[in-house]
Amino acid sequence: MIELRGIGKTYQMGSTELVALADINLQIARNEYVALVGPSGSGKSTMMNVLGCLDLPTTGTYTLDGEAVAGLSEDQLARVRNRKIGFIFQSYYLMPRTTLADNVAQPLIYRGLAPGVRRERANAALARVGLEARTLHKPNELSGGQRQRVAIARALVGRPDVLLADEPTGNLDSKTAREIMGVFGDLHADGMTIIIVTHDAAVAGHCRRVVRLHDGHIVEDREQAGLA
Amino acid sequence: MSDAAPIDEVNRLQAFFYAMQECVRSALGSIRSHRMRSFLTMLGVIIGVASVICIVSLLQGLTRSVMNEFQGFGGNALQIHSDTSREDWLIGKWNMLKPADLELVKHRIAGISNVTPTSGLNLPGGVRYGGNTSGAQVIATTSWFQFANQSYPRIGRFVTDSDNNSRRRVVVLGEKARADLKLPEDSIGTFIQVGGEWFKVVGIMEARGEMFGQSMDNYVVIPFETGRALAGPEREPDITILLTVDNLDAVNDVTSRITALLRRAHKIGPKDSDDFKVQTSQSLTETIQRVSGTITLVISAVVGISLLVGGVGIMNIMLVSVTERTREIGIAKALGAPRSFILMQFLIEAMVLAVIGGIIGIGFGWLLGVLAAKMIPHFPPPAVPWWAIVGATGFSALVGMLFGILPARRAANLAPIDALRHE
Repeated sequence: MIELRGIGKTYQMGSTELVALADINLQIARNEYVALVGPSGSGKSTMMNVLGCLDLPTTGTYTLDGEAVAGLSEDQLARVRNRKIGFIFQSYYLMPRTTLADNVAQPLIYRGLAPGVRRERANAALARVGLEARTLHKPNELSGGQRQRVAIARALVGRPDVLLADEPTGNLDSKTAREIMGVFGDLHADGMTIIIVTHDAAVAGHCRRVVRLHDGHIVEDREQAGLA
Repeated sequence: MSDAAPIDEVNRLQAFFYAMQECVRSALGSIRSHRMRSFLTMLGVIIGVASVICIVSLLQGLTRSVMNEFQGFGGNALQIHSDTSREDWLIGKWNMLKPADLELVKHRIAGISNVTPTSGLNLPGGVRYGGNTSGAQVIATTSWFQFANQSYPRIGRFVTDSDNNSRRRVVVLGEKARADLKLPEDSIGTFIQVGGEWFKVVGIMEARGEMFGQSMDNYVVIPFETGRALAGPEREPDITILLTVDNLDAVNDVTSRITALLRRAHKIGPKDSDDFKVQTSQSLTETIQRVSGTITLVISAVVGISLLVGGVGIMNIMLVSVTERTREIGIAKALGAPRSFILMQFLIEAMVLAVIGGIIGIGFGWLLGVLAAKMIPHFPPPAVPWWAIVGATGFSALVGMLFGILPARRAANLAPIDALRHE
């Protein structure tokens, strides 16, 4: 479903050229559960941005669900992000002033859905992560783990093809982190394709496939049993 | 869950409506969460709109009261007065209507009645009573003048046709003239001097108050023929002729007949312009409306410039707001907000700020107008016409949109990863 061919990304920093990714070839099938690991500066954030259609690669082709992403305009990329990708960030990135239901429904606004439909789907997504009783609360009334659940609900609400999580447990204690990884495990069991960017070996241990990056190259790509 | 992403194909118009709704909601939310800042941002627009509405309401109130003065004048009333064109004025020619013109109109034009001459006389000696003098204007006219002017005697009577025909020396006093002469409230039968001659007071007019700080009661009325005799044959006064057309439908016809008659009498060549003007009450009120409209427009435009200052204030705060909310914009973009949505969101926020400011300004301006009218003696109550409300609101929205473009573009053009990384 995801196919990267010869992907390269270079940044121009003044007069020097910074190579973030070089000749990446990677295929991820539907319902895979992939950890993208590597030390900081290895290019995994850039990889995440490219996979998430937040940034375009300098070279190579990227096909997502049969659609070539490289040639798309900014608004077309926004449409792809809106319909095919669910983002989960380390710092949750919830809107502080709006209710959980409104936070979760936000991606549906950009689809032009009616408020009633948005609310219905947001409530269903919140129920999916066990927060159905708190739809009208504000994010600051929740714990970190609960906030990350809201973020997962927001990523799920548009029924994307793939969930992209950037250090989803980076701000959480280890017990809460295990709970969140449990949520990902359940989603994977339900057939969701999940890619988690992390430098945490414990998190990577939950995944079925580990792709290791170093200096912009893939240095390891292995299957593993994965923790429950 | 992942197997089939539903195709949410929606009606574009409906989608646009929902997006607008969401933008307005988020704008109101953002304004509510920064109450003080939003109010200070609006202040420029509030002051701008309030000054425009204040000025417009005072001018319109004034116009309305002037128009009311003319209303009793009737749609079938005509007024003929001399008119000196610019060309004539430049060569020192001062056009006049003469009693001969009055006779001509009276006898040669059919279908008219109540032909009334009036003229303001400038008599040596002025108006006196004992040691007291008055600067009152001396008006020589006939009985119909009171109906044309919608002003009647408080006590006593007006000049009559019989007074006029026998050139009686009778006088009717305006309230201010009476007070200046220090005559008692009821001074019927008293003799005063007008232009050095003795006149008997037969009536005192109702008070009409002031307009533009000028008393409208500073006059005395004498019969027209008496006034003519007083001025002497050498000094024929410039007169204004009032008349009514018997049939309302014939007003235009009578107007053109009078015009043709007077042009012939005054020997005006086909290429030259009239040296007089025939005005209906309608054309008179139209003139007033046009003049007041122009004044209103010019003053509004000048004061409206202050709205631009308000717009700059909005732009400034919106730019700050975009910087503050860079992360939020990044999240929205990551979640799939198209450029147009972000643009619209910030444009609408600027417009909502400006429109709320405008609405507060309208209320505030109206209040100012009422206060100002109360403080100026004899000023008519202000009137806020609907077009001023619609115009002020619309112009505020326009200002918000114009000055919102720059911040909104800045927000819309943010790259999603840069915006997300923004601390």
